[in-house]
Amino acid sequence: MSGEEFVPLSLTPLLIGMFAAVACALPGNFLVLRRQALIGDAISHVVLPGIVVAFLVTGTISAWPMMIGAAGASLVAVALIEAIRKLGKIEPGAAMGVTFTAMFAAGVLLLEQSDTSAVHLDVEHALYGNLESLIWLDAVGWDSLWDPVALAGLPVELPRIALTLVAVIAFVWILWRPLKLSTFDEGFAQTMGLRTGPLGLALVVVAAIAAVAAFDAVGSIIVIAMFICPPAAARLMTNRLEMQIAWSVIFAILAAVLGYVIAGYGPLWVGSDHAVSAAGMIATISGLILAIAAVAAPCRTRTGAPVE
Amino acid sequence: MLFDALLLQLGYNATLVTIGAAFLGVSAGVTGTFLFLRKRALVSDAISHATLPGVGIAFMVMVALGGDGRSLPGLLLGSAVSAWVGLLCVNWLTRKTRLAEDAAIGAVLSVFFGFGIVLLTIIQTMSAGRQAGLESFLLGSTAGMLWNDAIVIAGGGVATLAVVLALRRPMGLVAFDPEFASASGLNVARIDLAIMGLAMAVTVVGLKIVGLILIVAMLIIPPVAARFWTDRTDQVVVLSGIFGGASGYVGAALSASAPALPTGPIIVLVSFTVFAMSLFFAPGRGVLAAALRHRRFQRRVHMRQGLLALAQGQPIYERFTLSLLRRAGLAHADGVVTETGRARAAKALRDEKRWELVRADQALEGAAALYDGMRELETVLTADQIAEIDRRIGGPKEIGV
Repeated sequence: MSGEEFVPLSLTPLLIGMFAAVACALPGNFLVLRRQALIGDAISHVVLPGIVVAFLVTGTISAWPMMIGAAGASLVAVALIEAIRKLGKIEPGAAMGVTFTAMFAAGVLLLEQSDTSAVHLDVEHALYGNLESLIWLDAVGWDSLWDPVALAGLPVELPRIALTLVAVIAFVWILWRPLKLSTFDEGFAQTMGLRTGPLGLALVVVAAIAAVAAFDAVGSIIVIAMFICPPAAARLMTNRLEMQIAWSVIFAILAAVLGYVIAGYGPLWVGSDHAVSAAGMIATISGLILAIAAVAAPCRTRTGAPVE
Repeated sequence: MLFDALLLQLGYNATLVTIGAAFLGVSAGVTGTFLFLRKRALVSDAISHATLPGVGIAFMVMVALGGDGRSLPGLLLGSAVSAWVGLLCVNWLTRKTRLAEDAAIGAVLSVFFGFGIVLLTIIQTMSAGRQAGLESFLLGSTAGMLWNDAIVIAGGGVATLAVVLALRRPMGLVAFDPEFASASGLNVARIDLAIMGLAMAVTVVGLKIVGLILIVAMLIIPPVAARFWTDRTDQVVVLSGIFGGASGYVGAALSASAPALPTGPIIVLVSFTVFAMSLFFAPGRGVLAAALRHRRFQRRVHMRQGLLALAQGQPIYERFTLSLLRRAGLAHADGVVTETGRARAAKALRDEKRWELVRADQALEGAAALYDGMRELETVLTADQIAEIDRRIGGPKEIGV
C-alpha cells in the first residue's frame, strides 16, 4: 500500500486507536488487580448523560464542554456508587449496577426529550464511535508528516488522545511505587503511611479521564474492552507487575492494529466492498487475544490450584 | 392521559406492552433477588450484552433460509443461545484461570458486544432481509409492536415467573447458605446455573421492551430496594417482585402516555425512584432511620453527661448539652440547676454508683456485660437486686451545690 493512500486514510485512525487502547489498558492493569474492573464499564455508561447535559447547557457539539460533562458525570457516578455502598451497606457490584443503569437511562431520556435532530448525537454513535471517519484529508503522503500546513489539518482527536496518553503514563510513572504497594497489600501500604483512599480515587479519576478521551474518539465499546481484556490477558502471562504492564501494552496495540486492519481490509479479502465496525472488531480481537491467553498462557492458573 | 394509561385505556398495543412489562418486572425482580443475594448481580450485565451477537447471527441465518429475518421468536432464540455461551465463558474464565469474576464479566460483555456490533455493521450492508430495527434491541422499542410479539413477551414473562416460583426454595437456600444447601444434598452448581438461566430468560424476554443495555437494571434495582425493608429472604423475594412489577407497569404506562418517553429508560427510572425512596425512608436500614437513631443516641449521651456534671456541681460549657437540659426543665439558661434537675442528677449519680458495684460483682457478670454507660439499670436488674445493691451503697446523701 502506498503512502498516498495510507497516510490520509489509515494513519490517523490507526494511531488514535492505538493511543486510546494503551491509555485505557494502563490504568486497567491496576483496576483488574484491585477487582475494580467494572468501574470502566460503569464509567463508559455514565459518559452518555454527561455529554447530553453538556450539549443541553452549551447548545453545541464541541469537544471541551463534552469532555468536561463526561468527566463530571463519571465523578458523580463514582460518588454515587460510594454513597450507595456506604449508606445502604450494599455490595459494590450491586451499587454499581444501580448507579450506571439509572444514569444511562436518564441520559437516553434526556436525549429523546431534547431536540438533537440538527446535530449528530445519538446513542449508537456513543456506543460505536466513529474511528473510521477520523481521516487526515490534508495529507498527501509520508512527506505531509513534516508539512506544517498539512499537520494543522490533523483530526483534533489525535493530539487530544496523545496528550491523555502522556498524562496517564506520567501518572503511572510518578505514582508507581505507591500504586503497586497499595494494589497488592492495602493494609501494609496504610501502615507505611500511604493514604490509600485518595490514591484509589486518583486511579479511578485517571481511568475516567482516559475513558472520556478515548470515548470521544472511538466510542464506549473499545473503552470497556481495553480496560479489561489486555490487562486480563497480560495477567495470565506473568507474575510480575512490570512484565504484566508491558504485555498489556503489547496486547492493546496488537488488538488496535489487527482490529483496524481486519475491519477495514478484511471484507475486501473475502470479496465484499463494505468495511465493518472498527471499534467492534478491535474489541473482538482483544477478546480473541484473551481467549488464547486463557488456554495457553504460562501463568493462567491460580497459584496452588490443583493440576488437572 | 396518564390515568388512562394506568387504567389500560390507551388502546390495544399500549395495554399489551404494559401488561407484558408488569409480568417481566415481577419475574425480573424475583430472579434478581437470588442473583443479588448470591452477590453476582453484575453477571447479568455480561449475559445481557452477550445477547447481541445472537440477534445478529439469528437474523443472518433466517435471511439465508429465505425469510425476512424479522421473526421475534427466532431472534430471541438466537440471543438466548449466545447469552448462554457468554455465561459459560464467564464461568469458565472464573473457574479455570486466575482472573476474578469482575474481570471475566467485563471481558465477556465487551467482547461479545463488540462482536455483535461487527455483525450489525455486516447486516447493514446486506441487501436481503429487512434489517431496519435490529438496533432497537439495544434500547428496546415498543412502538409498532405486533400482537404476536406481545404474546411472545407476555407468555415468556409468565413462563419465567412460573419456573421461578417452582424453584424458589432451592434457590433461596443456595443464595442464603450455599454450604448448608450443599450439605443437604442440593447440587449447588446446577442451581446456580438455573438462577443464571432464569436471569438469561428474563433478559431475552425483556430485550424487545427494555433493550439489552438497560435490562440489567430490572434484575438489580428491585432486589436492592427490597433488601432495605426486611432481613428475611422470602420477604425480600416477594417485595422485589412487587417493586419490579410495579415499576414495569407504571413505567410502561407512563411511556405510553406521552411521546418521546422511551419505555426502557422510563421503567429503569421508575424503579430507581423506588430504590431512592427505600434508601432514605426504609425503617431500620434506611438513611433517615439511621440518622434519627444517631440523633437519639447523641441526645442520650449528652443528657447523661450533663446530669452527671450537674450532680457533681461542675459548670457546663457544651451548648447542646445545656439546651437539652434547659428544654427538659433541668437547668436554667445560665447553667444553674433547677429543683427537678437536682433530683434527676442525684438519680443519675446514684445509678453510676450502682453500676460501679454491679460491674465489680462477679455474681452479676451477665448484667455487667450490658454496661455501655447509658443503659438504665432498671432494664437489666430486678427491683430486689437493685435494693440489695442500694443496701450495700448505704442511704442517699445530700449533694452539695
